[in-house]
Amino acid sequence: MAVNRMFRTCPSTGLVYHEPAEKLMRWNAVAGVVALLVGGILALLVTTTRWQAIHLLPPDWFYLVLTAHGLNMLVFWIIFFEIAVLYFCASVLLRCRLAAPGMAWAAFWLMIIGALVNNVAVFRGDSSVMFTSYAPMGAHPAFYLGLILFAVGALIACFVFLGTLVVAKNEKTYNGSVPLVTFGAVTACIIAIFTIASGAIILIPTFLWSLGLIDHIDSLMYRTVWWGFGHSSQQINVAAHVSVWYAIAAIVFGAKPMSEKVSRTAFLLYICFLQLASAHHLLADPGLTSNWKIFNTSYAMYLAVLASMVHGLTVPGAIEVAQREKGYNKGLFEWLRKAPWGNPCFSAMIISLLGFGFLGGISGVMMGTEQLNLIIHNTIYVPGHFHATVVIGTTLAFMGLTYFLIPTLFRRELMFPGMAKWQPYLFGLGMCGFALFMMGAGTLGVPRRHWDMSFAGNALGYEFQGTAWLMMALMGVCGLAAIVGGVMYLLITVGSVFLGRKIETPGFAHVKARDGVAPAPQPVAIAITSHGSNIGTAGFVAPGTFVLAMVFLTSFILYYFVNWKYLSTVWPLS
Amino acid sequence: MSAISPPTARVWWKQPLDRVEGTWIAIAFVWCLIMFFMMPYWHVYGKQNLANEAYRTTPEQFTAKTQAMIDKYKVREETDAKIPVVHPPAGSDVYLIARLWQWYPMLELEEGKTYRLHLASMDWLHGFSLQPENINIEVHPNYEHVVTLTPTKAMTYSIICNEYCGINHHTMASRLYVVKSK
Repeated sequence: MAVNRMFRTCPSTGLVYHEPAEKLMRWNAVAGVVALLVGGILALLVTTTRWQAIHLLPPDWFYLVLTAHGLNMLVFWIIFFEIAVLYFCASVLLRCRLAAPGMAWAAFWLMIIGALVNNVAVFRGDSSVMFTSYAPMGAHPAFYLGLILFAVGALIACFVFLGTLVVAKNEKTYNGSVPLVTFGAVTACIIAIFTIASGAIILIPTFLWSLGLIDHIDSLMYRTVWWGFGHSSQQINVAAHVSVWYAIAAIVFGAKPMSEKVSRTAFLLYICFLQLASAHHLLADPGLTSNWKIFNTSYAMYLAVLASMVHGLTVPGAIEVAQREKGYNKGLFEWLRKAPWGNPCFSAMIISLLGFGFLGGISGVMMGTEQLNLIIHNTIYVPGHFHATVVIGTTLAFMGLTYFLIPTLFRRELMFPGMAKWQPYLFGLGMCGFALFMMGAGTLGVPRRHWDMSFAGNALGYEFQGTAWLMMALMGVCGLAAIVGGVMYLLITVGSVFLGRKIETPGFAHVKARDGVAPAPQPVAIAITSHGSNIGTAGFVAPGTFVLAMVFLTSFILYYFVNWKYLSTVWPLS
Repeated sequence: MSAISPPTARVWWKQPLDRVEGTWIAIAFVWCLIMFFMMPYWHVYGKQNLANEAYRTTPEQFTAKTQAMIDKYKVREETDAKIPVVHPPAGSDVYLIARLWQWYPMLELEEGKTYRLHLASMDWLHGFSLQPENINIEVHPNYEHVVTLTPTKAMTYSIICNEYCGINHHTMASRLYVVKSK
């Protein structure tokens, strides 16, 4: 089979697109956005049911819709988009042809079939088992089969990504080391392979059990192995969206990493330690020792938290250095004030970074502390946390990237640019409130995945205090604001991709690599120095970022000990 | 050199650390260690630690033990479903069954006394969630988790289920009475 070596160069960004890779990225991104649309409609239904003033759905529908919402958002939307990001990081950033486009298409269609089969199983009504599908609660076999097919597809896509790296190395499309963003994508890919393997280990036996071929699935074994899949799949997102932050900082500001060494080591820490966090979910379970829990829940010694704290400094730090070098060097925060706040690419990325750190990161460490988990486990604090990490962190970062991809990948002008300017704020800040109020309600004991916190008609029901009700109502209001932000995103992307004005470039053509792509530049053996001493203050090139980091650390420490204080007031347990 | 193109310098790993990065890494690492050692510290000096004591069991075995406790210490019945309320002696082993969609039986404990609470599920996963105290423990089928606890205040508490357990999950609620010791 002849290898397609046709490329085009984007006139505005200079990026080089391989013809089959371009098509694959578009289709994967579009499939992701379709899942986001489905998940978004379901989000509206879930929010308006848990907001008890509306209490829209009956219980059977609520549990069904909540199951479908979790799967479409956490699995289908994010992973489809991530596959597009992986192809982008390998093929576009390395200016390389995509390895085995045929396999990539097979992967794509397997994922589509898997997503459809799983959704059909859920909407049939006999698989309302939630995203987690804890055995011995069983779903229809098609539920597991759909997930398995989807995972096999994603695994193939991961290998296409790795194959592309090999091709790039062999065909010398770049010299020296891969870009930092590609390095981050490799991290995501390695974590993805681990994740899918864990998923296979637990979902295949559970599928056989649902068919009656295996007679018993132990509930603790299921939870232990399943979370190797369930939590790790969120770690793919972390690695992916941190890469996207670096990419957007580079695209918008031309920012270069403060230090390649530090950022890459932080990614390496992710590979080594992030997976241990599946223990976060098992802290309230019997049958596991405290030693096991403490070691795993803390990622050995919080080494993955350390990595995230490093990225949290180096991404804005890189932006600060780039801005200061451009001349915005006054005071602590001129670089930030003069940032392009009207560019949705940037505003989405910075809200994603701050929301992920302050809300998602801090709350995650609380829940992941062995003893503190006792006062948080399975309350609505938990979805509060992961909406901050996965929605504000991952989804919003991907939204930001979309605003960059529409002109360069889809070659369409952005529709509704005025709306696009506001979209990240409405969505991001709405989600921040949403997550925050959920955490507040969770602190007061409101359970997650629960249809009726009023226990209407139940002689033994519990009466939650007024504050809990208020929190849930505020959650509803903020949730609706975020949903409006989500609708704006869908309008803009779907509108631009299908109806937007085509960007016509004179003399546009796909050309063979050797005619159209300049040879890769050779790295040079220049003397390495640190950043110029003409920017920043007191030897700190990014003093503003450092101040922000200290604000972060202070809130982290305060909130951490507030929770211990709260724990110390509950019943003694041992 | 930007994050989306290969590093222009061949030996990028020799670039010295910026002071801002080095300082932050050191501070963050110290904080990580503090958070790590806080957990073992609390095991030694703190009073709220989840027990490691657990046994394999079966629904039959666990029901038998629970029934024996009910037969011995039942003080009354409550609600139309006639759920027994038991008042076991201080310091004793008390049993609580979680099943679709009920906690069984109802417990009456004494303030300031310590009990060994045995938790197990008869069917699917359930979540023991004591309100308004907000203590939350996962309850598994075929595992008997033994938690030693000391109620601090005489009042009526609620136990709700906070692990999704099917269509009537939200109806699974019960009471736990804590009374002044005589």
